[in-house]
Amino acid sequence: MEKEILEHGFSFNRRRFLSTMSLGLGSVALGSLLMPDLFKNTGDDDPLSAGIPHFAPKAKRVIYLFQNGAPSQQELFDYKPKLREMVGQEIPPSVRGTQRLTGMTANQESFPLVGSFVDFKQYGQAGAWISDLLPYTSKIVDDLCIVRSMYTEAINHDPALTFLQTGSQQGNRPSMGSWLSYGLGNENKNLPNFTVLLSRGVGNGQGVYSKLWSNGFLDSVHQGVQFSKGEDPVLYLRDPEGMNRHERRDMLDQLAELNDLSYKEFGDPEIAAKVKQYEMAYRMQTAVPEVMDLSKESDAIIKLYGPDCLVPGTFAANCLLARKLSENGVRFVQLYHQGWDQHGNLPFEITKQAMDVDQASAALVTDLKQRGLLDETLVIWGGEFGRTSYTQGKLTPENYGRDHHPRCFTIWMAGGGIKPGMVYGETDELGYNIAKNPVHVHDFQATVLHQLGLNHEKLTFKHLGRRYRLTDISGKVVRDIIS
Amino acid sequence: MDFMGMWQKRLQIVVLLGFLVSCWFAACRSGSATFTNGKKLPETVSYTYDIRPILSDKCFACHGPDENKREAGLRLDVAEEAFKALKENPSAHALVAGKPELSQLYLRISTTDSTKLMPPVESNLRLSSEEIALLEKWIKQGANYEKHWAFVPPKRPTLPKVADESRAINEIDFFVQAKLEEKGLKPNQEADRERLLKRVSLDLTGLPPTVELMDRFLADNSPKAYEKVVDELLNNPAYGERMAVHWLDVARYADSHGYQDDGYRTQWPWRDWVIHAFNKNYSYKKFVTWQLAGDLLPNAAKEQLLATGFNRNHKITEEGGVIQEEYRLSYVTDRSDLFGKALLGVTMECAHCHDHKYDPFSQKEYYQLFAFFNNVQEVGIESVIGGPETYAKKPLMEISDEDIQSVLRFVNKPDTNRLIVSVMGDLDSTRKTHVLLRGVYDAPGEEVQPGTPKAILPFSPRYPKNRLGLSQWLFDPQNPLTARVFVNQIWQEFFGRGLVKTSGDFGMQGDLPTHPALLDWLSVDFMENQWNIKRLVKQLVMSATYRQSAVVSEQQLKKDPENIYLSRSSRYHIDAEHIKDLVMASSGLLVRTIGGPSVKPYQPPGLWEGATSGRGLLSIYVQDHGSRLYRRGMYTLIKRTVPPPVMSIFDASNRDLCEVKRLKTNTPLQALVMMNDPAVLEASRVLAARLLQEKSTDKEKIVQAFRRIVCRKPTDKETEILDAFYQKQLQTMTETAAQKALSVGEYPLPEKLNSRQVAALMRVISTLYNLEETITRT
Repeated sequence: MEKEILEHGFSFNRRRFLSTMSLGLGSVALGSLLMPDLFKNTGDDDPLSAGIPHFAPKAKRVIYLFQNGAPSQQELFDYKPKLREMVGQEIPPSVRGTQRLTGMTANQESFPLVGSFVDFKQYGQAGAWISDLLPYTSKIVDDLCIVRSMYTEAINHDPALTFLQTGSQQGNRPSMGSWLSYGLGNENKNLPNFTVLLSRGVGNGQGVYSKLWSNGFLDSVHQGVQFSKGEDPVLYLRDPEGMNRHERRDMLDQLAELNDLSYKEFGDPEIAAKVKQYEMAYRMQTAVPEVMDLSKESDAIIKLYGPDCLVPGTFAANCLLARKLSENGVRFVQLYHQGWDQHGNLPFEITKQAMDVDQASAALVTDLKQRGLLDETLVIWGGEFGRTSYTQGKLTPENYGRDHHPRCFTIWMAGGGIKPGMVYGETDELGYNIAKNPVHVHDFQATVLHQLGLNHEKLTFKHLGRRYRLTDISGKVVRDIIS
Repeated sequence: MDFMGMWQKRLQIVVLLGFLVSCWFAACRSGSATFTNGKKLPETVSYTYDIRPILSDKCFACHGPDENKREAGLRLDVAEEAFKALKENPSAHALVAGKPELSQLYLRISTTDSTKLMPPVESNLRLSSEEIALLEKWIKQGANYEKHWAFVPPKRPTLPKVADESRAINEIDFFVQAKLEEKGLKPNQEADRERLLKRVSLDLTGLPPTVELMDRFLADNSPKAYEKVVDELLNNPAYGERMAVHWLDVARYADSHGYQDDGYRTQWPWRDWVIHAFNKNYSYKKFVTWQLAGDLLPNAAKEQLLATGFNRNHKITEEGGVIQEEYRLSYVTDRSDLFGKALLGVTMECAHCHDHKYDPFSQKEYYQLFAFFNNVQEVGIESVIGGPETYAKKPLMEISDEDIQSVLRFVNKPDTNRLIVSVMGDLDSTRKTHVLLRGVYDAPGEEVQPGTPKAILPFSPRYPKNRLGLSQWLFDPQNPLTARVFVNQIWQEFFGRGLVKTSGDFGMQGDLPTHPALLDWLSVDFMENQWNIKRLVKQLVMSATYRQSAVVSEQQLKKDPENIYLSRSSRYHIDAEHIKDLVMASSGLLVRTIGGPSVKPYQPPGLWEGATSGRGLLSIYVQDHGSRLYRRGMYTLIKRTVPPPVMSIFDASNRDLCEVKRLKTNTPLQALVMMNDPAVLEASRVLAARLLQEKSTDKEKIVQAFRRIVCRKPTDKETEILDAFYQKQLQTMTETAAQKALSVGEYPLPEKLNSRQVAALMRVISTLYNLEETITRT
């Protein structure tokens, strides 16, 4: 049992850990490596407070395919034929209500509705409507739970992204991946527990910010680690020019010997812990390139993800990489694909954006499924808010744009114990307000944590006098979409 | 084992643990009041130290200051309320002095009926048996309340009597010694001279001592030797830079506007002023007053106006389409929260949306404080990302070349370009302030006038109702928090942990001071000596407590793993900025220019480019060259949305919001930085080349490198290991490998050196930079 726990590294609680303390300093350092928060008292002596799920989890890992900039639901998932019928007509005031608008359209004199330029068809057992822009996604709808009734509180990119990722619009709080790392510890001690992959399409882009994968007030071991294309996939991973692995090993041995002299003098356990961190860094130097190496992937896999997956830094390559990282026990893999902010020129841009992500997103789900990993991996696809049913800027027969819209948007989830083949929630016939089963961002976050075996009200960290949660002070698990 | 199987096994462990815990509980209940953790109940239970932390943490959220969330009308944070008959059952009382069996509070926390149990099961909070016993004893002893310690102005306590006075150098040591004797601990001996010098040099200047200073200090046998060094370091301009690093975290200083496109801003002249102010040793009162209200001083000078940049360092949006008022109010919120956290040490921000749940601050009081900062001539969004005219936002000041030659000499302006800085400036009329319901910008409630929380100190009518009046209130001798909070932050900077551990929260939920009398003594002493910062700093570093060695015995580790009682010096990694300083200084690369525009040293490619929308000056990282590569760490440009990676890896603040304390962590990414960061490798190369140009033996070179980097002479054993390593590298290093190794960094390599030798010695030096001791304050 002991060995299995260590191997799986599925973290063990503080009490259990303390019973192994008698093994001496080595085990202290090792323990802190596996589950650094064992020594971080959260303020209450609850053995379940961190490091062990609160109840049996459905999922062990998450892959979040974040579509940065907010894809238009009207052109992808939320079929609104009525918008086409009413094209050019003013949005009825009863629908628009008194909601605030962004400064970009607040001064528009009129708000003409615009329907999707692209057609939709029904797919799968649930008869989900999917647009023609997503031919690959349409083939896997029976694996997806499409939530058309997400809503948020922010209407601008920065606060909305920050809200989805950290539960607060202001920043400075831990990201979802950090919370999971904190709550569950890691499965693979040679890879960072929370990794981040970036890519960009040709559409109008909004930046991403490393604060989105910040550990906030949690230990920085829970910080998201960005993996990038190129020779140094993790910052400073590569040994300097002219140094081979034997020489690095040799250098680390000298270092350990010298640090040990220091330990003998000072007796500070942090010195031993430092040595262990160097050993982990050394192992990462081998483990990361191994996991990044796509050369051993079969032709069938390359075909599945599409030829782009061999081009480092593309969304497709990142999807394939995400599968590999996840397969190797990385708790949370966060992708960001930029370019979804179609204020104008929407038909052209969204077509390109959809082409960038459609095949690889579907391939990831298929690939996980054929490996038997989909059950324990939660895949999430979606942006930070939705887009308006009326046009931003000039409406012409060929061209239009859509502004930010927090009141409804669509995401999908797959695997990880979420009901497959389901469409959840509805918007009104103009796709402007939610008509049925609204899902707030905090509800979504609570549901994700729940699938990982964590109670969002119990996963807390006491900081400056307050117990903080990912879900701040609200949120309820969306039971309807859990299998 | 499959996943679910493993889960089941783990459940068994949990059940077993649960069983053990309940046995433990049962044992505690039936036995005497000694707990398995060895703790005994105190003779006299103290409200402040024993009871209030429990009530605050577990009860006040529903039975505390927040009127809207108060359950059953019961309030436990105020004595007269807690003793009243219960609203729901007037024949019963929450507290009956001396009679726990009649006190509903005790009955409800000790009941076995889960429907009656407090805190309620669904709150996920629970009381330990020790906490229950404490509450019981407190009620038996009369359930006496005391005012929260931090809201009572400090008085100078008398020095405690100690059994062993021999180690005491100044007053600090009496207070520490008294606590150690109480806890049965003995203080360490003074650290050896080399380690002490490294510590005090890093702490006072952020730089390692030079070899020259090391030699001088080792040779000086006078009793004043240490004090001479302290004075020398305090007068080194690097002192101002080191002190500024903490203040820049407090003031959330950065070189970008912080939202979305995250454009460039020129706020660095304000940073130059901070360094100047510390070096000039402005009193804390002057330092803060100018920053809060320099613009409101009679005949405000340009320097005083520049100081107010402090309150404009917050993030400012340039994202088109935002709602003006929402963002303008967010800036006012940021200032108010900073004022609470950094200067008063209270979490005022909790009262932004509702009455504070733990501390006696109403939401109305929050907006009264807010009103002081709500009159600035500013807008939510002034301009979207663009050219130099967007580098500061109105109100702003221009710094002319004439200013640089006269009143603002300390601003290191390198060129003749227009230079603008965001500063404070109020409207001529008064903007109305309303309570914002739920903290939402478009839900104004009752109108309020400027004011301060009554529980701290009511706002005297003799003060003007503006930021200048607010500073006067802050430095009113009756203000219980200002001195304590700053003294505690400085203590934290020099001992690794504040006397109040939660340096940003002196309220009900914050930690209690470990040495309350010492904190009060230092605070009163600080006020009585005109808020003299250098004097305070000198007091700390002169104490025997500060000078102790960092050796930790097993007994100390067991009795006091966190070193709360200061029986030794704490060891921790130095600040991210000072790690770069140490590398630059020890290799001889450091360029000692003070201030000026921030610099862009080596950074892995693609970080900005991969994360940007492509707009603005900071969308592409254009690395600097030459001397700008070798500046102190604090001058590295901070782009908020993508802060310098090495800084983040070593726990620096991302400067999003005010921070008063950094984490100290230990991660594998830190190891990767020290092993592979080109800045460290280049420093290793440069130092290797430098040493090889000297006429000395291999061993002498190694000793010299060791002294420069680790700041002490190596032991024979250490020299032996390093020399053997060097000889091995010399043997195995090929010319090709050497050439590759030496290619790192832009600093020119001297000609006529044997490249294999340089590369081999470079590896030894790189190893030294990776020693745990090197970047540790020991």
